[in-house]
Amino acid sequence: MLVIDALLQGILIGLLFALVALGLTIIFGVMDIVNFAHGEFLMLGMYAVYWTNYFLNIDPLLALPVSAALGVLLGLASYYWLIRYLLRGPAIAQLFGTFGLMLFLQYLAMFLFSADYRMIDKGVLVGKSYSIGPFIFDGTKLAAGFLSLISFAVVYYFLYKTKTGKALQATAINKEAATYMGIKTDKMNALAWAIGGGTVGIAGGLLVNFYYAYPMVGILFVMIAFACVALGGFGSIKGVFFAGLLVGIIMMIFPVFGQIIGSDFLGPHFKFTIVYLAYFIIVVVRPQGLFGWKN
Amino acid sequence: MLKVTDIEVRYSGIPIIHNVSLEVNKGELVTVVGSNGAGKSTLLKTIAGALHPSKGTITFEGKEIHKLSTPDIVQLGITYIPEARLIFGPLTVEDNLELGGFILDDKEELKKNLEFVYGLFPRLKERRMQLSGTLSGGEQQMLAIGRGLMSSPKLLMLDEPSLGLMPKLVDEMLEAVSHLREMGKTILLVEQNVFESLQLADRGYVLQTGRTIKEGKGRELLETEEIRKAFLGL
Repeated sequence: MLVIDALLQGILIGLLFALVALGLTIIFGVMDIVNFAHGEFLMLGMYAVYWTNYFLNIDPLLALPVSAALGVLLGLASYYWLIRYLLRGPAIAQLFGTFGLMLFLQYLAMFLFSADYRMIDKGVLVGKSYSIGPFIFDGTKLAAGFLSLISFAVVYYFLYKTKTGKALQATAINKEAATYMGIKTDKMNALAWAIGGGTVGIAGGLLVNFYYAYPMVGILFVMIAFACVALGGFGSIKGVFFAGLLVGIIMMIFPVFGQIIGSDFLGPHFKFTIVYLAYFIIVVVRPQGLFGWKN
Repeated sequence: MLKVTDIEVRYSGIPIIHNVSLEVNKGELVTVVGSNGAGKSTLLKTIAGALHPSKGTITFEGKEIHKLSTPDIVQLGITYIPEARLIFGPLTVEDNLELGGFILDDKEELKKNLEFVYGLFPRLKERRMQLSGTLSGGEQQMLAIGRGLMSSPKLLMLDEPSLGLMPKLVDEMLEAVSHLREMGKTILLVEQNVFESLQLADRGYVLQTGRTIKEGKGRELLETEEIRKAFLGL
């Protein structure tokens, strides 16, 4: 029973991890750029919903469009004001460029919001829990899992079923060939950043319902997202979805095993060790990731 | 229709094309022949806007295009089918074709073009839902040509469509090209198969180390001493 409970909790949090990692893998897929500031987009998405809730008394779930819009704007601003210039330099410049953006946004948040841990305390689902059969779920986590799944599905539909989505995929597969189709790759790059920022903004807005917002919160989640992207195969959308679920499940289930066998080594404080261990094993056995096609 | 005048093209500073001029008129099949490294692919890429000439001009229907980007040139009606084919391997055959018609908004025209491509290469229709990366070399070439036709181009530029194919498929591919010509398409063809392509073409240009050394009617070029010596070993 404990294991099934952990599995379900793992799936819920895993859906959110997948949504966090989605933008990272799209940006990487289209541009071969690792966005180190991705976690800071998440952090600002969290603050966006936190402050909307704090000042305007709007329910955190209804404030989601604010974090989504902020994410899109952050993505577009980063692309047009920073990344586009970095593209002219060597690959290492892009690496340091997004790393610099990460530090800038962290300290900007520190300056604006101080280092305090902030938690949402008012909202229809905050503090509520629901029992489904023998299992008890936090309302906020249920909502986060469900809305993550919906957001992911919307992006998936866009990428695989619409003309612009397919053009974005074509750009990711082969930029040169895409231009021969008449696709403006500069626009596609911007679109990748807009989707990347928007989805992680939503993820932040969902996360802040049950997790503290503070200026350095991004690192924890972006590291998990990096593991998901690598596990799923760089640039793979399906891959990042299943990798997110896998990471969520591993993270929740191992402490339960530890509890059952009474071992401290599998305790909750080692849950990230297990996640990164799984990541290492898959990277060694299958370097292209579970669903990777790039390289 | 297309007029290339005295262009020089540099690749990382080194001139690959020194001085090339050529002209393609509406409805013509023009071929550019030459040995490896003569600058044939560079020429097509320059017309397609992937490279820009350091000297000279390129005009299409009277409009200067040598400073435009590739997507803008595609919009004007020139498609380039690259030598490396560059199909979108992880996507299906039909998705590849749809992407070929990216610049078209007219659904009816897209449908018509799709039917046209499937009529030209029935094998693509059989495999329309297959991932294009799993196609054979010949089928990938058919897909590359089909994809290039999807945008209803006014000028089709084909870069070595027979490269790396077995002899039977080479003939099939060149037949498809000549079929397209008969249907009134304007085509600029680059080929290493000097003999076959000059036989097909209305006119031909011979490129050597980045210069046009000869031009003329396709079959007449075949008769000249230089061509026979340099390319046909006669």
